[in-house]
Amino acid sequence: MTGVSSVPSTVDELAAGLRQTGYLPGDTTALVSHLAIHLDKPVLVEGPAGVGKTQLAKALAETLGRDLVRLQCYEGLDEAKALYEWNYRKQLLRIQAEGNASGDAGGWDAVQDDVFGEEFLLERPLLRAIASPDPVVLLIDEIDKTDQEFEAMLLELLSDFQITIPELGRIAATTQPIVLLTSNNTRELTEALKRRCLYLWLDYPSLEHELEIVRQHAPELRETIARRLVEVVAEIRGLDLKKPPSIAESIDWARALLLLGAEDLDQRTFRDTLSILVKHRTDLDLVAERVGMRLPAPAGG
Amino acid sequence: MGTPGRGDRPDPRRLRQAAIHGGSDVAGTGLAGRLVQFCEELRGEGMAVGTSELLDATAALSQVEWKDRDVFREALASTLAKSPEDRHLFRLVFDRFFFRAAELEAIRHDATDDRLAREQSERTRPGEGDDGQGDGDGAGQGGEADGGGDGQPDLDAVRAAIARAIAAGDHGRMGDLAALAIAGVVGHVHDSGVVGVDVQRIRRTLDLKPYADPDAPEGDPRREGLPREGIQEFERALRQELERRRIQRVGELPPARPLNQLDRGLPNAPGRDLADVHRVVRQLKRRLNTQGNELRGQRRRTQVDVRATIRASLQTGGVPVVVKERPVRPRRPEIFVLCDVSTSVSSASLFFLSVMHALHDAFRKMRSFVFVERISEVTELFERERDFRDVSDAIARDAGVADVSGYTDYGRVWREFLEQTEDELHPRATVIVLGDARTNGRDPAAGAFAQITARAGRTFWLNPEPALYWDYGDSVISHYAPYCHVHECWTADQLEAFVSALTRSGPVAPTTKAAPKGR
Repeated sequence: MTGVSSVPSTVDELAAGLRQTGYLPGDTTALVSHLAIHLDKPVLVEGPAGVGKTQLAKALAETLGRDLVRLQCYEGLDEAKALYEWNYRKQLLRIQAEGNASGDAGGWDAVQDDVFGEEFLLERPLLRAIASPDPVVLLIDEIDKTDQEFEAMLLELLSDFQITIPELGRIAATTQPIVLLTSNNTRELTEALKRRCLYLWLDYPSLEHELEIVRQHAPELRETIARRLVEVVAEIRGLDLKKPPSIAESIDWARALLLLGAEDLDQRTFRDTLSILVKHRTDLDLVAERVGMRLPAPAGG
Repeated sequence: MGTPGRGDRPDPRRLRQAAIHGGSDVAGTGLAGRLVQFCEELRGEGMAVGTSELLDATAALSQVEWKDRDVFREALASTLAKSPEDRHLFRLVFDRFFFRAAELEAIRHDATDDRLAREQSERTRPGEGDDGQGDGDGAGQGGEADGGGDGQPDLDAVRAAIARAIAAGDHGRMGDLAALAIAGVVGHVHDSGVVGVDVQRIRRTLDLKPYADPDAPEGDPRREGLPREGIQEFERALRQELERRRIQRVGELPPARPLNQLDRGLPNAPGRDLADVHRVVRQLKRRLNTQGNELRGQRRRTQVDVRATIRASLQTGGVPVVVKERPVRPRRPEIFVLCDVSTSVSSASLFFLSVMHALHDAFRKMRSFVFVERISEVTELFERERDFRDVSDAIARDAGVADVSGYTDYGRVWREFLEQTEDELHPRATVIVLGDARTNGRDPAAGAFAQITARAGRTFWLNPEPALYWDYGDSVISHYAPYCHVHECWTADQLEAFVSALTRSGPVAPTTKAAPKGR
């Protein structure tokens, strides 16, 4: 690899860069990433679980030679864990040390100014992304898991790339981070948030695209088996399952077949390895019945 | 040129659309003007597109090269459409907007059929020329058939060619083949007057199925089953071609119509959308289960139970101090459901079957029927199978509702229904019909239907088509409307509205209907 820190100037260059990291972007994915880099706008990535939303952020960071700062969202996430927190213990120590040393009341003002300095600030992911001297890729993962208040708090960050800390004032980004927000669409995000973002809908890839992805990750697998595999996976996704198999699971399946040294994708192999793809009891039955039956019978009889 | 839009009602959305489609010279014709027009049109379809998004879109366009239609569209989509639903809408509006713009130009220049076709293909597929391989022989085939004109192309050959194009995902050829297909099926399919229905009929005549067909000839992709997206794309091409022909016949653009509600609303991809339906149905079940109880608390006026009051007064020496009231029992109507499962409602019938399934859990006394040409009772099936999927499989397998043609025959259905339920229809019964009332030209037999409604207490009709299409083509819903309450029902919201009508409206006085005969 050559020096990757320079920013690719066209969509094709960016797509090639992403490919080099092992991520095969769809046309739209590369286009929207390109726009995000050049328009300095955050991207909201939505889609079913396991289509490579998080992976895209990692690949972008690698392509651009930037650090990835990741904020995993969950219910009950608050500012103290996302933005910054004062380091109380250190502050206390500081005050005590000050009191023991001088012993008179005149030092209080000085101490007060002192304990709310950057030295006592614990950086959390969002602040770290903003304050970093080198540009980073900021990934806010599964934003739909948080509540609306948290979303509102993000607005300032997303539109102006700055954070206001009452005791310190405004901290503006010195470098422009690339921000990716991912969502599994479990709840509708607010209009205000969407308005500030570019929108990328990642769906399950087309047959050819997925075949390419599988072959990239399991290059030793025979072409015919790989093709049969993605066809079966696509068929399974067409069924009404509780949890359709993701791309990661097709890759796992491909690797498992490779490990087992499967010659062909017949009924027995399918039955034995089905649990890699499908992870619900009821789904298992359905898939075995609908898809398994139509595969060729095992060669040995 | 363009006639003013459907601005009969002072609805701001309609007015906005009318303003756009009425005269296209109003706004500037440059890119900025076009973009503003396009955004206006998106807003007209109910998408929230702000000025900031419009600015973003312009900025985005300055960052990409426009040599590819897809790139241009995706750059706009990523800045303007911010949810899966919006993206779907965006695609439809995008196609319509630029399709209309191209057609308008063609009419202005009074282009002939061939010239227009050529211009159309140049205008809408600028990037297609680059690859060249599939295009050459596609154009050759298209030209042959177009030039022939009077001679009908061989239907089997067309079928095979279309199946191949779909299997290969060849976008360029689909447009040409759509034109061929329409010419090929003339005589096999009669014009219903509604583009959507025509598309379905042509698709059926062409044998395009997503599942494997063992009868297909060797080497034909239909043996393996065609990709679903491919079929959908071909349907889009068909639709566009049909619309284009209509425009050419009439010589002017039809009034701009809001997007077909079926396109925006109903589940069309399996999997995910079906899951949505199930989610709504689950909500529905909860609501149905609690609705009766809610009513108990709400209704203050009750009847005095004289017998119980007198009995209670014995404790107070015959003075009725405590007034006893009759308990309010939630209305548990007896329900008969008739569900059309023919292909014209294929996208809706899964929706309807799952609704039936939900209703079965909520109402104890319920009999269900499915029909196409004839009727088949599936009550037992619903009681036996707790899983919705098993139910729909079993219906597909052995309900035995279609005989020969596979077209709905409402007259026969009504007569058979009357025969089977003669003794049980009474004024406390509710009949629900789920169907599109497309008789395919057969006798609607409104008389038989009237007999049913006269015997039953209430009759509801749920139509999965938007009200806009009622009575177009072979839809005869107006024949039945006088006898029942007709509801439009193709979204979960409408379904909920219907359910509350079903459960809340309380006992409908049988006096409004004809008096029950011979019970």
